[in-house]
Amino acid sequence: MIIETVTILAGHDKQGNPEPSERVDLRPGDSLALVGPTGSGKSELLSDIEQAACGDTRSGRTILINGEPLTKAPSGMVATLSQKTNFVMDASVEQFILLHAESKGRDGGSLMAPLMKMTNSLCGESVSQEMSLQVLSGGQSRALMIADIALLSDTPIVLIDEVENAGIHKFKALEVLAGHNKIVISATHDPVLILMNNTRLVMRNGAMTALLYATKNERRHAENLKHMDDILMRAREDLRMGRTLEMQEET
Amino acid sequence: MKLVTIAGAPSAGKTAVTLHLIRQLDKDGKRSAAVKFDTLGTTDDQIYRERLGIPAIQGLSDYLCPDHYFVSNLEEACAWGKKQEVDFLFVETAGLCYRCAPHVKGVPAITIIDNLGGMEAPRKMGPALILADVVVVTKSDIVSQAEKEVFAHRISQVNKTARIVHVNGLTGTGVLHLRRISETWPEANALEGLSLRYSMPASICSYCTGETRIGKRFQSGNVEKLLLEENAA
Ligand SMILES: Nc1ncnc2c1ncn2[C@@H]1O[C@H](COP(=O)(O)OP(=O)(O)OP(=O)(O)O)[C@@H](O)[C@H]1O
Ligand SMILES: Nc1nc2c(ncn2[C@@H]2O[C@H](COP(=O)(O)OP(=O)(O)O)[C@@H](O)[C@H]2O)c(=O)[nH]1
Ligand SMILES: [Mg+2]
Ligand SMILES: [Mg+2]
Repeated sequence: MIIETVTILAGHDKQGNPEPSERVDLRPGDSLALVGPTGSGKSELLSDIEQAACGDTRSGRTILINGEPLTKAPSGMVATLSQKTNFVMDASVEQFILLHAESKGRDGGSLMAPLMKMTNSLCGESVSQEMSLQVLSGGQSRALMIADIALLSDTPIVLIDEVENAGIHKFKALEVLAGHNKIVISATHDPVLILMNNTRLVMRNGAMTALLYATKNERRHAENLKHMDDILMRAREDLRMGRTLEMQEET
Repeated sequence: MKLVTIAGAPSAGKTAVTLHLIRQLDKDGKRSAAVKFDTLGTTDDQIYRERLGIPAIQGLSDYLCPDHYFVSNLEEACAWGKKQEVDFLFVETAGLCYRCAPHVKGVPAITIIDNLGGMEAPRKMGPALILADVVVVTKSDIVSQAEKEVFAHRISQVNKTARIVHVNGLTGTGVLHLRRISETWPEANALEGLSLRYSMPASICSYCTGETRIGKRFQSGNVEKLLLEENAA
């Protein structure tokens, strides 16, 4: 199924009052951040999208695909990634990729190199084909999962629930997914990641309360924040590797 | 009343998923009851009663073959359900071995399997999986998207016609699909004369009647031996 638009039609907040934001339209390549305090309903909204709600969930929202509600189970529409996701399979990275490709009827051999390259562009410590899935670090696993979703899973929608602490190049991850013409929706508390999305939806008390677009000023701000984030990352990496910060230039 | 059989390995998430489905149905004003068939003991019926306040009973096979006990009591369970004046009766089974399936022709059949049993699990599970109308896959929240996709593909290889639905047994995400499918289920008519989807084994040896000792001397009835050379002689 070719997706042209995904629409979220408002339902109600936790008390049953109508949601201030009436609809949100998304197109392939769009990325949307869900922002809001703990308990504001970010995960609930992700769950509504995952199930293609038809006014039949707690929030009363309806999800339209190409303007129509989905009546049949929309299997294969949505890929999910969260803090809790792990590999449970006992296999090497290579076997894993071949197995996934086979289940999709695709040639794993020719996908291997680009997938490994993308994985390694997303995390600090490099991943090789022979490694067992079970020895991968949190960051390495997450990087492989993201590259695999971008290149192998043919789902047009990707839902991400709080993966910012996984030790991956998070901005690049977002670019990679949106760049493969997916609709990426992520619940996140990370300021830089929030600003990396073209739009952000403010959640409060279970309701979509405002849809904000990053302004020019904010974009400039984001560059600064990103720079600070890079410094922090580098310092973290140096300290973790047992180096001192003496060699780093002060910025 | 719609009757539904639910099968799956212990801890696959049968009760968790059924609880979520019953809550969904309740929102549409549909009432449910539950029967739990098990072997030696269960608290599932209590869980259904306490968490949802619905009528629920248990049937324990104890010293009998759980599969045979189940099929011998299905009619009675259904009659009990009708007395509760409910719209849905869920029959959750556990303790049935992989040789058998509790599913009955003409009665909607759900089999629940989790993502953690390994990629060979769908091939190992036998008739309970192969003959189900709906296969519910749980615990997708803790495995990678790729593993979830490969696992679903493996299920579709052994059961080409089943609807495969992913449900998170903890949060209930995905249970909407099941509720939508439940609208297509037929009302339960008289069970008498309906057939099991897969026949049950002849189990009429001395161990069926309580024998516990090992050795040829204690074995009688329907006994078959491994085809080893020593035995053939
Ligand atoms: N519109 C709504 N109507 C009713 N209940 C809701 C609604 N939105 C959210 N809830 C409920 O509120 C609770 C908190 O929501 P949720 O888990 O989505 O928050 P969150 O924003 O993801 O929080 P965190 O940042 O801690 O992950 C959940 O139990 C959820 O089911
Ligand atoms: N993480 C996770 N746990 C689950 C899921 N479904 C069920 N569980 C847990 O698995 C355990 C067994 O579930 P239960 O419903 O009792 O299994 P049953 O024996 O098949 O009825 C419980 O602790 C559930 O909370 C799921 O989708 N994800
Ligand atoms: Mg959340
Ligand atoms: Mg149970």
